[in-house]
Amino acid sequence: MGNFLVWVIWFLAAFGCLASGIAVVTFRNPFYSALALIGNLGSLAVLYLLASAEFLAAAQVLVYAGAVMVMFLFVIAYLGDTAEAPFAGGPSWVSISAVVAAAAILVEIVVVIGLTAGDALSDAAEIQASFGSPGEIGRVFLTDQLLAFEITSIVLLVAAVGGVVLGTRTRAEEEADGRT
Amino acid sequence: MDGPDIAWYLVVSALLFSIGTVGVLLRRSPLIVLLSLEIMLNAANLALIAFARLHGGTDGQVFALAVMAVAASEVVVGLGLIVAMARRRLPLDVDAFRVLRG
Repeated sequence: MGNFLVWVIWFLAAFGCLASGIAVVTFRNPFYSALALIGNLGSLAVLYLLASAEFLAAAQVLVYAGAVMVMFLFVIAYLGDTAEAPFAGGPSWVSISAVVAAAAILVEIVVVIGLTAGDALSDAAEIQASFGSPGEIGRVFLTDQLLAFEITSIVLLVAAVGGVVLGTRTRAEEEADGRT
Repeated sequence: MDGPDIAWYLVVSALLFSIGTVGVLLRRSPLIVLLSLEIMLNAANLALIAFARLHGGTDGQVFALAVMAVAASEVVVGLGLIVAMARRRLPLDVDAFRVLRG
């Protein structure tokens, strides 16, 4: 019975994240798209939990649905009315070829994974209770994957500096604003 | 394992990735392009976590955590660019930008 409940929750989360993904792409107003992406990230966190990645599910909700999306919403509110009409004037050759290209990528992924992994996908490894816990992630991150940890810190530092550089007003902009 | 096989996770991941691809190719607002990029990164994360569960190793989850950090950095820089574009009163349309010169 517990198994059945897991299936139900899994399908609800999978449907939720696919539907909200489509909503992100189709909504006209970026504000609603960002809200739909929060739903997408939340249902993905449920899928992470069911794949026994507890720490990543928590990090997903805290970092993504919390910090990153709040920043997104702030910028969208700062920019004001940025709604566009993506599907005005019927399907153009650009939109048709975009959908065809995405469908081609989908088929390629499915075929390649099906050919190479195939049957091996049905027997998952036995895991211990500590799998995916913060302690286990921290141990691997600070021992085996120490280089990745250091590179991540440098990437974050560069992004922070880049954000400051992009955000400061240049002198030319101030003069242009003073003239108008 | 309880619940669906890893193959189900991978199907959701592939579908999400192609939804994100459609968004990046179809939409012209740079904000929505960034949001669609987030969808693609998260689809890759889901595949990483599913494979980590399949093989029973933590390395895939650590990689997914690094991807999250990269995605956060990408959002910082991308939103900074969009705000800089809006401050110069440039049109917020990715088709309108053909040169990198500022």
